[in-house]
Amino acid sequence: MAKQVLSFTVNGEPVEALVQPYVTLLDALREDLGLTGPKEGCGTGDCGACSVHLDGKLVASCLVLAMQARGRSVTTIEGLARGGALTPVQDAFVRHGVPQCGFCIPGVLMAAAALLAENAEPSEDDIRYAIAGNLCRCTGYTKMVEAISEAAGTARNRGSARGA
Amino acid sequence: MRRFELVTPGSVDDCLSALKGRGVEVKVLAGGTDLIAQLKVGMLKVAAVVDLSGVAELRVLEGDARRGFRIGAAVTARTLERDAKLRAALPSLSESGALVGSIQIRNLATLGGNICNAAPSADMAPPLLALDAEAVIAGAGGRRRVPMASFFKGVRQTVLGPDELLVEFAVPATGPKSGGAYLRHTPRRELDIAVVGVASQVSLADGVCTKVRIALAAVAPVPVRATAAEQALEGQPLTSQAIARAADLAVEAARPISDQRGSAEFRRHLVRILTRRTLTIALERATA
Ligand SMILES: Cc1cc2nc3c(=O)[nH]c(=O)nc-3n(C[C@H](O)[C@H](O)[C@H](O)COP(=O)(O)OP(=O)(O)OC[C@H]3O[C@@H](n4cnc5c(N)ncnc54)[C@H](O)[C@@H]3O)c2cc1C
Ligand code: FES
Ligand code: FES
Repeated sequence: MAKQVLSFTVNGEPVEALVQPYVTLLDALREDLGLTGPKEGCGTGDCGACSVHLDGKLVASCLVLAMQARGRSVTTIEGLARGGALTPVQDAFVRHGVPQCGFCIPGVLMAAAALLAENAEPSEDDIRYAIAGNLCRCTGYTKMVEAISEAAGTARNRGSARGA
Repeated sequence: MRRFELVTPGSVDDCLSALKGRGVEVKVLAGGTDLIAQLKVGMLKVAAVVDLSGVAELRVLEGDARRGFRIGAAVTARTLERDAKLRAALPSLSESGALVGSIQIRNLATLGGNICNAAPSADMAPPLLALDAEAVIAGAGGRRRVPMASFFKGVRQTVLGPDELLVEFAVPATGPKSGGAYLRHTPRRELDIAVVGVASQVSLADGVCTKVRIALAAVAPVPVRATAAEQALEGQPLTSQAIARAADLAVEAARPISDQRGSAEFRRHLVRILTRRTLTIALERATA
């Protein structure tokens, strides 16, 4: 079967790739573009390890066909930090020692980033709701919630310092 | 995944041409949260997939409580969850959208996909039934409208022909003193499938109930209305005794099976409890 040309934006850069029509976005990102941050945990939408942003929205890339991203914008964990500086939430994950095996972490960070883009002052309930689609078999989630909460505060303070 | 060809139409007419004459070897793809999962495990095998993401008409969302709503087949569960107008005017539908999967799933999962997949447990079906919604279906001969109450034919079976496309839902005006609610029971709060789901919608005038709809999920091969319970309430004041009696009657509409999610007896119990709770919330909302 003939491959198709997929033109889209990945982590802010225009990208062209040749993909089979039946390949998932997750496989195209990992196999064709070498972006191995998004992981395949289940392949059926249940674990969130493959989470990326598609036009700014959090999606399970294992259930999206690569060609469905044509003309659209995809952000993976590789594109969160710009210019080498970690985002506040990534920085908080490092300082809190959140990752254990680390397999779920790219997906959790994408979920946290989507939350903070919509809600600058999330409550603990908001945070737990926002990461409910991400399974972690190691951490028990407590440190994740603390780190996201702290990062929201940091981002907020920076925002108000800038605004003042 | 097994190989298939991908068609990417830009309009409803292009979709219909892509579907024409190809029968079950072609499937349309909306959010893919059912279809891609089914293709991956080999439950379904197709020669071609028609991607709806380029068809803007399917994402229409307009209306209000006074005029009713048009909701495109490709409106996502996440939009139903978050759209301020829908939350206020059609809370049962909004609540059902909010319960689907996780945010990662809800940003993909569409209302039309949930209905066309026709699982007995589909969360967004009972609210549409309780709202007297109609499905607008496009086919070679033009468009037809099918009331949701006659849309489902069996487990994963609907009135849709293989050449047809579900375009949108028409939700009639609910009126000024109307309220609705959807609740489901699941052992886990997130990422679980309804053991039972119940939607209720009530309209009031002069202290009595002028219209009531109760619809149940996961207690029969298709989502069903509890018509005996509805009739018992119409024309009556919605006292807690009347609601309790309706909840008992709703159990008679359920034909549940026993499976790993729950026994038939437990499901009947849940129908009673969730009917009582949704009617109570719907009444509060109608009077608020
Ligand atoms: C992890 C996970 C959790 C889930 N949780 C829930 C839940 O809590 N509750 C629930 O009800 N469901 C749940 N689902 C199932 C699924 O997400 C929903 O049924 C969803 O609404 C399907 O929509 P979709 O757009 O993804 O459909 P698709 O997978 O794109 O399509 C589903 C079916 O409908 C057909 N179809 C789609 N659109 C049209 C159209 N416009 N015209 C004609 N045919 C069409 C397709 O050909 C296919 O057969 C879950 C799924 C996953 C993977
Ligand atoms: S790999 Fe996509 S949700 Fe698990
Ligand atoms: S750190 Fe191991 S799965 Fe989350």
